[in-house]
Amino acid sequence: MTGVALRGPLRRIWGLMYRHLALYRRSWPRLLELMYWPVLQMCIWGFTASFLVGRAGGAAVATASALLGGVLLWEVALRSQMGVAISFLEELWSRNLGHVFVSPIRPWEMVSALIGISVLRMLTGVLPAILLAFLLYAFNLFDMGPVVVLFFANLMIMGWWVAFGVVSLILRHGAGAEALAWSVLFGLTPFSAVFYPVSVLPAAVQPIALALPSSHVFEGMRAALSGVVRWDHLAWAIGLNAVWMAAGIWLFAGQFRQARLRGALLSIGE
Amino acid sequence: MHAIQVQGLTKRYGDVTAVDGVTFGVAPGRTLGLLGGNGAGKTTTIAMLLGLLIPTAGSIRILGHDMARDRFAALARMNFSSPYIALPSRLSVAENLRVYGHLYGVRGLEARISELAAQLDLTDLLGRPAGNLSAGQKTRVALAKSLINRPDVLLLDEPTASLDPDTGDMVRSWLERYRRESGCTILLASHNMAEVERLCDSVLMLKQGRIVDSGSPPELLDRYGRDDLEQVFLDIARRGAVAA
Repeated sequence: MTGVALRGPLRRIWGLMYRHLALYRRSWPRLLELMYWPVLQMCIWGFTASFLVGRAGGAAVATASALLGGVLLWEVALRSQMGVAISFLEELWSRNLGHVFVSPIRPWEMVSALIGISVLRMLTGVLPAILLAFLLYAFNLFDMGPVVVLFFANLMIMGWWVAFGVVSLILRHGAGAEALAWSVLFGLTPFSAVFYPVSVLPAAVQPIALALPSSHVFEGMRAALSGVVRWDHLAWAIGLNAVWMAAGIWLFAGQFRQARLRGALLSIGE
Repeated sequence: MHAIQVQGLTKRYGDVTAVDGVTFGVAPGRTLGLLGGNGAGKTTTIAMLLGLLIPTAGSIRILGHDMARDRFAALARMNFSSPYIALPSRLSVAENLRVYGHLYGVRGLEARISELAAQLDLTDLLGRPAGNLSAGQKTRVALAKSLINRPDVLLLDEPTASLDPDTGDMVRSWLERYRRESGCTILLASHNMAEVERLCDSVLMLKQGRIVDSGSPPELLDRYGRDDLEQVFLDIARRGAVAA
């Protein structure tokens, strides 16, 4: 990790990523925590799915697959969101933000580094759960075909823009807002149609669900499990992610500037 | 041209004026001390110089770069140390220095880390987590971090606060030598008058966000008829500045 020959922005992005990689190398509880929830979720829902198939027979196989696929893919969004938000919080907890912000790293480079760490954290957490689903329940997420990569990408992007919203609130309200780093995406679960179609939701709630890329991804996932690729849902997911990502970055940029106006970058943490 | 040029710098938070129309310049290779009591505006001024805080009014040019428009070009050639901002405590000293070496784009980073470690007596500490160090060791690590990019401008906020006299003297000696050898421009905020007297070519006395007096340490001693800067500081804090 020391012999990197990078220049300019890539070097600075790597510098911030190296800071987090060094932290994980020295802290096995942090590493364990990354895998803990995805694996635990997989176990709970995997046994539930096995029970359903045992009771209802072949008719429940599709439902079980939708459950397991939903659990695994929703973890992609959750871990991606936490990857960005908690990496930012690590700087805050270590009272290191002042040093980072007076270095020549640009805000977009910091965002890129947080996203890079988020991808690594997500893969570390979700890949063991995917493997477990295959070994214990013979569920192969990749049986859906290459489209699963697009599901992954869209849910990662959703995790990132939610995280930028959380980081913006932390910049605005200090560490008092840090609980949102763990909880905010759970609040979107009912509207994301992870385990049921959007049509199950009350009519008044459906527009909220359809405004989220995740509901389109999960509608697409259920179609893919039955062998159909729903490009319309994927197009909606991509379009919505573009809009929400732009909004998240706009909010982050605005709150970063406000923090520089208020002097919050030195005092943040309370 | 000044290495640091500040013109009419002002910072207001609502009705409170933290810094009020401060103007000064620091020539390349010189050391300027910022003196003042708590709340005088020293840290606010430094935060604006570093781009952490956007001024309400005024301008800052560092190494010819306008900090409002082009701060990253200046930041690459600056650095900063303060006991009030920590380094990640779980990372080793070497890892911390490596992080900042990457952020500042330092070439020959491992050699630079070894060089600083040798100069600041950190070689035996390189593998230790930064959080397990004593206050004096942490200060030396923070100093090493602030010198990792061989800065042309160095901002130091109370660099020897909480250090024992021996370590404080070591740090001051090292800073004197570093400035002599590198030609670095230093801006130093401190409550330690002996330190300011020893290190600084000139001093700004701040009170309630304004410059109330300035000059070289001998000039200030002469103006106030005092033997040391601490007495000058007390005169200004309690009675106000004399007309310069």
